[in-house]
Amino acid sequence: MGASHSRALYLPGTSPLHRARPQCKLAAAFLFVLAVVATPREAFWAYGVYALTLAVLARVAGLPLPTLARRLVLELPFLLFAVFLPLVGQGERVEILGVSLATEGLWAAWNIVAKGSLGVATSVILVATTPVPELLRGLERLRLPAALTSVAAFMVRYADVIVDEVRRMRVARISRGYDPRWIWQARAVAASAGTLFIRSYERGERVYLAMVSRGYSGAMPVLQDLGATRGQWLAALSLPAAAALVAATAWGVRP
Amino acid sequence: MTAAPALEVDGVAFAYPDGHQALFGVSFRIERGERVALLGPNGAGKTTLVLQLNGVLLPGAGRVVVAGLPVATEHLKEIRRRVGIVFQDPDDQLFMPTVAEDVAFGPANLGLRGPELETRVKGALAAVGMEGHADRPPHHLSFGQRRRVAVATVLAMEPEILVLDEPSSNLDPASRRELAEILTGLDITMLMVTHDLPYALQLCPRALVMNGGIIAADGPTAELLADGDLLAANRLELPFGFDPAALRAP
Repeated sequence: MGASHSRALYLPGTSPLHRARPQCKLAAAFLFVLAVVATPREAFWAYGVYALTLAVLARVAGLPLPTLARRLVLELPFLLFAVFLPLVGQGERVEILGVSLATEGLWAAWNIVAKGSLGVATSVILVATTPVPELLRGLERLRLPAALTSVAAFMVRYADVIVDEVRRMRVARISRGYDPRWIWQARAVAASAGTLFIRSYERGERVYLAMVSRGYSGAMPVLQDLGATRGQWLAALSLPAAAALVAATAWGVRP
Repeated sequence: MTAAPALEVDGVAFAYPDGHQALFGVSFRIERGERVALLGPNGAGKTTLVLQLNGVLLPGAGRVVVAGLPVATEHLKEIRRRVGIVFQDPDDQLFMPTVAEDVAFGPANLGLRGPELETRVKGALAAVGMEGHADRPPHHLSFGQRRRVAVATVLAMEPEILVLDEPSSNLDPASRRELAEILTGLDITMLMVTHDLPYALQLCPRALVMNGGIIAADGPTAELLADGDLLAANRLELPFGFDPAALRAP
């Protein structure tokens, strides 16, 4: 599952977006989302500009829009929360289709939906154009502590192995007639979780042993120079810069 | 003057911190270019011995010398370059995001960089027939391919001796044969720990039998496997239908 997952998110290509340095993309995406979040909620036009920008980026990267749209499903649980806001909100109310809705709640819901969707769309485009190992290297270049990126890299590497182990344990339980219907039957699952923890811990030790045997002495070797040129940074940061300009204008023209 | 043997193990005894003694004076030597099988039942001390070879465990008594260099804490780095261990589960050995990075891990720890490192990686992958998979994540490979990459990760360090822990375990017959072809094609000293007696016979002219923390026998593999009493005494068994009498012939 893990493999198909991480593989499915990345859509191989050769577009400028694919070729951009991961650290530039990460920084640009993060700052872009910051600009979006800082935009006043009344400035509908600004959100239109952001959405259009993302659509153009997706187009440039050769990403099929229906696939991207399907991936936005990720944010559904958050949107459900937004749906309740107009119903339970306090203060001034308006009637829409016979339902009384709070104006303040409507604004809050719109704010969440618009900013949330743009944020998720940004990360969807980022991971569709950057393989996971490169993302990790990008984070490393952005001075995230090596301990954290190593942990993340090991997690990505071993997610599959562990998921596979979980699957085998489940099949083994079912094969012995395990058919849980009640909460107190969860004991076997809990025991399996414990076993899984021990096994993963022991695997950690074996991996460390294998690393030490190949000369590991506490630091992961840096294999490639992924430095970005000034031009690459400028090109990447022009996106959040433009977004910041839009956000500033939106504040400026606010009534 | 004769060159130092690739590996010399002299009177090695070892007890784990919990008091369990695993090795009781193990001695043998392996000359350069030899391929030797280390046979023995579970719990014979084979894995403990393997971990002595690169100094992950240090002997309580006796000494291990790798190509003239004794295993000791002050030059563990060089020892670990000289002794390349391929562990049993390739998932333990392959932990980097891509095959090429994993193969590069060892030589990079030795300080190699740039084109030199690249040549090492390419050479090691070519030696195991995996050069076409350099940029793939290890977990997308088949088990047999992962085992081969695990061998490449160690070959890239250009070791004096290649130590393989159960190389044929969990392999299907075709992958098992492919690995045998790759291993016989390598020009390197080899110590192969295994329960797979036919595999030992196919790959290693000489075998050591280990049991209860000592070397119980040392000789030509074909002769040892034809000795029914020796095998029975050391809990070793040939697969069904395998005729030990036929082994003497060649």
